[in-house]
Amino acid sequence: MSASKICVVVVSGSLERLQMAAMVASVGAVSGQEVIVFLSMNALPYFVKGNTSKAPHEGDMGKLMAGKKVPEFKTLFEQAVELGDAKIFPCSMAMDVLGIEQDGLEGYLGKATGLTKFLHDAQDGQVWTF
Amino acid sequence: MTEKKIVDGRGSFCPGPLMELIVALKSSQIGDVLEVLSTDKGSADDIPEWLRKVGHEYISTTESNGEWHITIRKTK
Repeated sequence: MSASKICVVVVSGSLERLQMAAMVASVGAVSGQEVIVFLSMNALPYFVKGNTSKAPHEGDMGKLMAGKKVPEFKTLFEQAVELGDAKIFPCSMAMDVLGIEQDGLEGYLGKATGLTKFLHDAQDGQVWTF
Repeated sequence: MTEKKIVDGRGSFCPGPLMELIVALKSSQIGDVLEVLSTDKGSADDIPEWLRKVGHEYISTTESNGEWHITIRKTK
C-alpha cells in the first residue's frame, strides 16, 4: 500500500482547529498512513508541559463540544504518536519566541524542527493546514 | 473459544470509540472477538471503514435505541 503521507500544519490556537487537526492526525496515523505534524504559532503553547489552559472556541460548534464527551485534542495527538507512529514536531522558531527548550514540551513531541526541514519532509505528501 | 471483549465507547464522540477499540486491539490476541458499544452514529459508520482499510474482520453491526454494537475479529 503506498498511502500518501499526511502532513498537518497547525498554527491556530482555537479549539475547533486544534480538534480537527488532532482528528486528522490520529485517524490518519491509526489507519496506516505516515503522518507528520508541525506545531507553530498559537498552537504550540498548548504543548508546553504543565499548560492546562483551555483553547478558546471560535464558534458555536466549539461551544457545544465543550459540554460533551469529545476526546481532548492533546489526547488524540498523543494517541496518534503512540498508536499510529505519527511524528509531531514543534517549530523551532515558535520555541525560540516562547523561550522554551525541548524538555519544556510534552514528551510525545519530536525534536525541534525548522521550516526548511519540515518543507523538505512534506514535499512528497499531502498538506493539511489548520 | 475465546471470550468476547466489550469496548465501551458510549457517550464518546468520533474518533473516541475507534481509539478505544485500537487500544483494546493492542492487548488482544489474533482471533479474539471484540464488541464496540457506541452512541455515536459517526463511529458506527467509521469503524467498519477503518476495519476494511487496516484488514481486521468486520462481523456485524446492530442498533437499538441509539446504541450501536459493532462486532469485529482481530485477524493480525
